[in-house]
Amino acid sequence: MKIQTKYLGETEVSENHLLRFPQGLPGFAEEKEFILMDLPDGGVFQVLQSVQEAELAFIVANPYNFFQDYAFELEDASRVLLQIEKPEDVVVYVIVTVRDPFSSSTVNLKAPIVLNHSRQMAKQQILKNDLYETKTPIVQPKVIQKGE
Amino acid sequence: MMLVLTRKTNEAIQIGDEIELKVLAIEGDQVKLGIHAPHSVEIHRKEIYLDIQKENNEASHMPENVLDLLIKSQKKDS
Repeated sequence: MKIQTKYLGETEVSENHLLRFPQGLPGFAEEKEFILMDLPDGGVFQVLQSVQEAELAFIVANPYNFFQDYAFELEDASRVLLQIEKPEDVVVYVIVTVRDPFSSSTVNLKAPIVLNHSRQMAKQQILKNDLYETKTPIVQPKVIQKGE
Repeated sequence: MMLVLTRKTNEAIQIGDEIELKVLAIEGDQVKLGIHAPHSVEIHRKEIYLDIQKENNEASHMPENVLDLLIKSQKKDS
């Protein structure tokens, strides 16, 4: 299927790659389908693009590129909703709020995106602990290999 | 419109079939609440939920040159 995207124009995507967000995201409850796209030369950053709303796209990244000690407990609510059966099902992303200059950008560690990649289902989980902030200053990424 | 009910310590209200909200303790201007709800119901402190909404909204309104900024940020570490 073809979709309109915010950063990459019209793009062909496979329906197998659609990510379902059964609850949407806080502030975007009606947006239930997204696609994760690589950026040309985007390095550790990817785009989480809404399928129905071309103008809605988030910059996301694997948090462990920046914060090697990042950890949180997967809530039962997430595990049930996303039908997570084993730890290997889970992939975590965080939303990056990009600012100019880039060094003033922040990362939302308080509300990570939890993805069950074997079922292509995801949600943004709001952490109950007080360890992490919505506006954590970005740090220089240590590029890790995919699958590491 | 908002429904307003008065409750004492250890009294509860029932919302639908599955949600119970109980007043566990009252100390000064603080109220401790206990909530029974199914897993599918998300419960958050209001100000935290609003904070996440606001941050998501901000994160979806990137500067025009966001791709340039990202590309430049990568080059810096090489």
